[in-house]
Amino acid sequence: MIIPLLKGLGLTLTRFLSKPITIQYPEQKQPPSSRWRGIQYFEKDERGKTKCVACGLCMIVCPAQCITLETAEDEEGKRYPLTYELDASRCIFCGYCEEACPVNAIFMGKNYEWVEEDRKPFLMDTEKLLEQKKFNP
Amino acid sequence: MQLLFLLIEIILKSVVVFGCLMMTVAYLTLIERKVLGHIQVRCGPNRCGPFGLLQPMADGIKAFFKEDLVPGSSDKVVFVIAPMISIITAICLFAVIPFGNEFTIPGTSWVVKLRLADIDVGLLYIFAVASLGEYGVILGGYSSGNKYGLTGSLRAAAQMISYEVALGLSIVGVIILSQSLRLTEIVRLQSGGFWNWNVWYQPVAFVLYIICGLAEINRTPFDMPESESELACGFNIEYSSLKFALFFMAEYAHMITIGAIAVTLFWGGWQPPIPALGFIPGVVWFVIKLFVLLFFFIWQRGTFPRLRYDHIMKFGWKVLFPLTIINLLITSLVVLLK
Repeated sequence: MIIPLLKGLGLTLTRFLSKPITIQYPEQKQPPSSRWRGIQYFEKDERGKTKCVACGLCMIVCPAQCITLETAEDEEGKRYPLTYELDASRCIFCGYCEEACPVNAIFMGKNYEWVEEDRKPFLMDTEKLLEQKKFNP
Repeated sequence: MQLLFLLIEIILKSVVVFGCLMMTVAYLTLIERKVLGHIQVRCGPNRCGPFGLLQPMADGIKAFFKEDLVPGSSDKVVFVIAPMISIITAICLFAVIPFGNEFTIPGTSWVVKLRLADIDVGLLYIFAVASLGEYGVILGGYSSGNKYGLTGSLRAAAQMISYEVALGLSIVGVIILSQSLRLTEIVRLQSGGFWNWNVWYQPVAFVLYIICGLAEINRTPFDMPESESELACGFNIEYSSLKFALFFMAEYAHMITIGAIAVTLFWGGWQPPIPALGFIPGVVWFVIKLFVLLFFFIWQRGTFPRLRYDHIMKFGWKVLFPLTIINLLITSLVVLLK
């Protein structure tokens, strides 16, 4: 009856002396999985602008209906998004927009940390989506 | 003049002992969380200050600013008095513990004895006051007007009655050996190296005392009165803010006292383990021994699961009680025949 008790004490003592396996989160981060779907980003074309041609497929496929865009044409007759708005606070990170995009302009990123005090900053326009590229080398 | 100096000495000693006890209580909570954390292969609190050293302060401030709620269906006077009884008795216990030898203040002939009171019924006083502490738990649960609290305090009462007997009987062997209830006398008889400690003459009594002591202060494996899983915190379920903090502190102060009594009775008090190490002050030895014991209390908490209620009762009456009686009989026979 006493031996199992002592065995248990021995086990906890070895655990006590072993190194903790805790990851100290804000300082140490675990890299997200390769399939991780985080906040979206826009890929740039060779002119440094968005690759998006404003076809509107992402807007149609989005189940949360968080994408709105207006189409415009530039002087060469190329379509581009006049306004592109992705409401990150409504996004469910399903990744359909990435799948639907015919020109590989929008991608699901790796970033998962985003805190704001109100809802306004979560509306992402083209500039913000291009900025998100820096979290996704 | 002599009287004034005496008064100053007593007040100073009381303040220092009280302050040290409260600091130890505060940091024992941190040590407990750290040790339990490392037993579970995690870090424990480490965000408040270096190594989480400011965590007890943060906890204290948090408890202080929380809403002090008194339930409408409670017995209000008893509800307020209960945590006070708990903490006062827990602190009072430390009055008779000798925690060091006497020393002379340099330059004078004034001898300072490192103990608050040296009464000749010290051990009796300890057990009388320690039992009073249970009233805090019982009244606290009873006065909450909550069925979980009431169940917790009923369990506390039953457990206290069962284990108090074995606890009292387990140290009678030490009293028989040292022929005295005075704690300083018991410590003096254990001087001259660790082979003179009572733990070698009364090993069974020591183990029984530790087990019964854990049951007496309601610590895991015997924390029936506040079993989280079935009673949702038991007797202190309705307590919040400072009243809860008082119960919490009382629990830890009790733990320190049970450890200090064990050190005094069985591990030679402040005596150094080897006479050659006598140049280190007795207080240091006392604290080292005390913390070894406190570490054991926390360590076993991280190891053993809680016993079922009827198992605790069975264990107390059918195992511990006969064992203490047998130990007592053998001790008295040996002392008589010697």
